[in-house]
Amino acid sequence: MNLRLAFSACLLTLLVACGAETPPANSVAASAGSPSAAATSAEPASQPEAGGLATPVPSAPAGPVIVYSSRQEHLIKPLFDRFTAETGIEVQFQTGEEGPLIARLQAEGEGTYADVLYTVDAGNLWMAAERGLLRPTQSALLEQNIPAHLRDPQGRWFGLSVRARTIAYSTERVDPAQLSTYEDLADPKWKGKLCLRTSKKVYNMSLVATLIDRLGDAEAEKVVRGWVANLAAPVFSSDLLIIDAIAAGQCDVGIINTYYLGQAQQQTPEVPVALFWANQQGAGVHVNVSGAGITTHAKNPEAALRLIEWLSTGEPQLMFSELNLEYPASPAVEPVELVRSWGEFKPDTINVDIAGRLQADAVKLMDRADYR
Amino acid sequence: MSADLPLTLPAKPASRPDYLLWKSLGFVLALLVSLPLLLIVAQWGALGSGEQDIWQHLLDTKLDRLAGNTLILLLGVGAGVTVLGVSLAWLCSMCEFPGRRLFEWALMLPLAIPGYVMAFVFLGTFNFAGPVQTALRAQFGNGVWFPDMQGPGAVMLVLSLVLYPYVYMLARAAFLAQSRSQMDAARILGLRPFNAFLRVALPGARPAIAAGVALALMETLADFGAVAVFNFDTFTTAIYGAWYGLFNLQVAAQLASLLLLFVALAMTLEQYGRRNARHVQEGRARVAGYALTGVRAAAASLLCVAVLGLAFVLPLVQLLLWTLGTVTREGIDPRFAEFLARSLALGAGAACVTVALALVLAMVRRLPGTAWTQRWQSLALRVATLGYALPGSVLAVGIMLLFTGIDRQLAARLGLQPMLVGGMVALVLAYVVRFLAVAHAPIDAGLQGIKPSVIEAARSLGAAPARVLSAVYIPLLRPGLITAALLVFVDVMKEMPATLILRPFGWDTLAVRIFQMTSEGQWERAALPGLILLLSGLIPVILLVKQSRRGASS
Repeated sequence: MNLRLAFSACLLTLLVACGAETPPANSVAASAGSPSAAATSAEPASQPEAGGLATPVPSAPAGPVIVYSSRQEHLIKPLFDRFTAETGIEVQFQTGEEGPLIARLQAEGEGTYADVLYTVDAGNLWMAAERGLLRPTQSALLEQNIPAHLRDPQGRWFGLSVRARTIAYSTERVDPAQLSTYEDLADPKWKGKLCLRTSKKVYNMSLVATLIDRLGDAEAEKVVRGWVANLAAPVFSSDLLIIDAIAAGQCDVGIINTYYLGQAQQQTPEVPVALFWANQQGAGVHVNVSGAGITTHAKNPEAALRLIEWLSTGEPQLMFSELNLEYPASPAVEPVELVRSWGEFKPDTINVDIAGRLQADAVKLMDRADYR
Repeated sequence: MSADLPLTLPAKPASRPDYLLWKSLGFVLALLVSLPLLLIVAQWGALGSGEQDIWQHLLDTKLDRLAGNTLILLLGVGAGVTVLGVSLAWLCSMCEFPGRRLFEWALMLPLAIPGYVMAFVFLGTFNFAGPVQTALRAQFGNGVWFPDMQGPGAVMLVLSLVLYPYVYMLARAAFLAQSRSQMDAARILGLRPFNAFLRVALPGARPAIAAGVALALMETLADFGAVAVFNFDTFTTAIYGAWYGLFNLQVAAQLASLLLLFVALAMTLEQYGRRNARHVQEGRARVAGYALTGVRAAAASLLCVAVLGLAFVLPLVQLLLWTLGTVTREGIDPRFAEFLARSLALGAGAACVTVALALVLAMVRRLPGTAWTQRWQSLALRVATLGYALPGSVLAVGIMLLFTGIDRQLAARLGLQPMLVGGMVALVLAYVVRFLAVAHAPIDAGLQGIKPSVIEAARSLGAAPARVLSAVYIPLLRPGLITAALLVFVDVMKEMPATLILRPFGWDTLAVRIFQMTSEGQWERAALPGLILLLSGLIPVILLVKQSRRGASS
């Protein structure tokens, strides 16, 4: 009796689950509460859904743009919603980790639903481009809005927001006059005072990639070994834990992405941690990007290009800064107040694709130096 | 059928059909489940110079350390879950002490807590900047000693706390099923209770305990979330390092196949170790409990309170506090009902498929046949259950390789649109491959308790396999089947990496939601989906408790 019940329940669940599959996998709208089940399949000619919009957009390409993104939903959805409101082009997205998303894109090949790959770290974008997953694109608007060092020289991807990785220090125990460069953190004067995030995080791989480019393999390894020797605690699994550790007195200095300090300051305005702009006498602060490219097998490349172009313009650029306290990629746009309060800095202007080209070398170097 | 066979040999098909159809079905199903694993192993075919460089680099720098770390972790977690699981199971099933009736079921609750959630709550509470150490420093000054929260000990503790319920459940069922006469005989022969436990009860429960420990250890090998929170490098770390850091998926798959080989070896050794043991339960009379008094009773209660406090109350309270904070700031996302419904649907659907498959495979293996087919049947089953030790993302890659291959063939030959990658079938297959071992353990334990004579009687009365399955196996196995289904259900709901990569477009679940929040270390924001996941995971756990009680009282 009970078993029969369980069996029927099983059948029912399976039916429900299979029912969810009946529309082609790409047609479920990912955006919140979006009632549109506008089938996208591969047919190019269905009308855009936003019929109620006052301004018809004659040039709007048909069908939604489908985005594979490793960015968190709350950071991208407001942007996509705004884009849809302004252009009438619907945006659907699937979030996931960078590595698996790129592997999925590659596995899907010509059959992929994705029009746009949008991810953090130029290294990931570089690798997707290397594997032929992104198509070269010409866009005068993007070339004008995005500085050359923040995009692929062949136009396969474009940086859209800038993330600066610099030195954080305790305002209670460190005189900023003692600080100078990333390399200087390897000096024995910081012994037992440095906190770092794990070398498995791509941010640190990129930073070390620029060190290798600037100093050469041997010298960069010496720096990384110096960092490891100076560690006050085993490396952490997140930048926020580093800020906590500096505030709690476990260490005095660390290397973090700036927006994490912004998050900490939003929670606790008086947190006794401040930013120091590294390498201002030399190459400048290490920056990386979040960025996007159009997939090689995009079904809707025109709309995809419109989305990326739109993301490089004023309003959305400001939104990047508002949503995650990052820096706009476009120099014409000022970041929000909290971000401005950290002051101006000189960024490293080497092309960010160095993060990809030297990532494997950086990983190997950090392994050799026992930076975990 | 050569002519010189003695004619007295009974013609085989009449009394013993060789069940060709069933056996083939078993093979096909086992093969289907093993295919993604075999595709992972097949990546050894891609061993170019780039791959060789990376191998050389890994061997030169860290592979020995990571392998050592993994072994230490396995030993620690193995010891931890065995001690916790067996002692708690013994106390709660065989002894009487204050609170036993509550602890008996409450000790299963930690099953609902994903390892990665436990890890970040634990670290957040006990690390240097956390509330406990901060309070200690305020009280006793900066020099106060505290155990290292980023070393192997903390990781072992966290994993033991989330994984001991596997051992607890299986060991408890085994203790409850043990016949009274054996224990009585032991006592009459003058054994003290503890010695009777060591020499009679424990050996009798060994298959169940071993199955539980094996599950816990495979889960430990596959874990990436919890060890990543502590930044404790294991073999799995090397797999992800090769993939994400060095951009080489082939080496990642090659490393993963070594992991599979290791598990296969370990399981073979374990089977070999108890090759002659066979424990068929005769009676099911409940053994009278030992009434604990005084210090012993207090110690038993205290142990249960401590485990439950750390493994369940602590994460629950922390998640509640964080949820209150975020909900008052940001409100509740109305889509949570959707996320929950999807998590539940996936859990239930995958549980049904997995349990059905595990049942067929376990039963087919027990059909009489030649030594040759028996051996292959066992091997197929063993390979098919290896998936539990494979990190979810790597398994997902195996499934993508399989399905893109099929999709391409379909497109080339029949002109079909690709449909398998990114479809529900791929995701459910991933769950089946990953959790077949979880379903297999309780079913197999149940099968071992069925007297062969019962089955032989049914067969000799002419029942076909399907009839034996429906009229004998399923009714006798009911507790095991329900346990299997609920375990898979909970595990699927907690599963994150394979869900992330294989889910159909837009199919966000609670676990996906947690990932989206925690990928940047914002644990507080993940508290609400974490809490919902935990509470909805409690439903099957409570069902599990109820059904195990019924089993105990019958």
